[in-house]
Amino acid sequence: MSLTSTMTESGQIVTVNAERIDAAIAIQFKEDMRSETEGGASRVILDLSEVKFIDSSGLGAIVAAMKQLGSSRKLDLAGLSPMVEKVFRLTRMDTVFDLYASLSEATAVRNT
Amino acid sequence: MDLKAQIAQIENLMVASFACSFLATELDARWGVGTVVERLRGMGLPEDRAEDVQIALAEAVNNIVEHAYADTAPGDVDIGCNLDTQQLWISIADAGRPLPRGNLTAGNPADLSVPREDLPEGGYGWFLIRELTSRIIYERNNGNNRLSLCFDVGNSCR
Repeated sequence: MSLTSTMTESGQIVTVNAERIDAAIAIQFKEDMRSETEGGASRVILDLSEVKFIDSSGLGAIVAAMKQLGSSRKLDLAGLSPMVEKVFRLTRMDTVFDLYASLSEATAVRNT
Repeated sequence: MDLKAQIAQIENLMVASFACSFLATELDARWGVGTVVERLRGMGLPEDRAEDVQIALAEAVNNIVEHAYADTAPGDVDIGCNLDTQQLWISIADAGRPLPRGNLTAGNPADLSVPREDLPEGGYGWFLIRELTSRIIYERNNGNNRLSLCFDVGNSCR
């Protein structure tokens, strides 16, 4: 699993460099997110632009990544492809996370 | 033969089916689900429906990999597809542990109104399968599981 990270004024952007977040890599994703976001910004934007498919294990791993940030930090999601967006909508996870259609829309919102 | 019977005959000719088998490992499951969905796209399944099938089928196959064959060496997953103008039926067979019955009937989504540290990190798979299918049939015979999922395709599929 490959994650890259950039610090910006809008928060820390973590980009997922993979086409899938599925059962085969969910645990690795959760661990990589932990090390990538350790002691970072109060807002983390997860850039999912490259991700074309997510399953319930991947969804669970993103929930876990959000929980391990603790209560004072926030995880926003950006660049959801149609299939990824559908999984979030069907499971009503769109009520838990702030979703942005693109990374530029997410970064237009200032970290508060 | 009246017109209705003629139409029924033509529609019957448009039934298309195929089968596909693979080993119940995470990586073979990826390949198997991808292969099935690509074939269905090639048979004219609309993209929106193909996405639904990919999501639901991946969950059903993951359950076999993670639960049915949890205590044994991974066995086979056999998938059969039957597509006509109205419905797509996908049967998924394995020789692993039986499916807990509750999974087929528990219809409620996870409670998301809890504090975020209590949000569930799993259990979304069966909910997705139920949301995306119009019928689910589960049979247990001679130590084999067969889960059949039905997707409505309407008349959009040619």
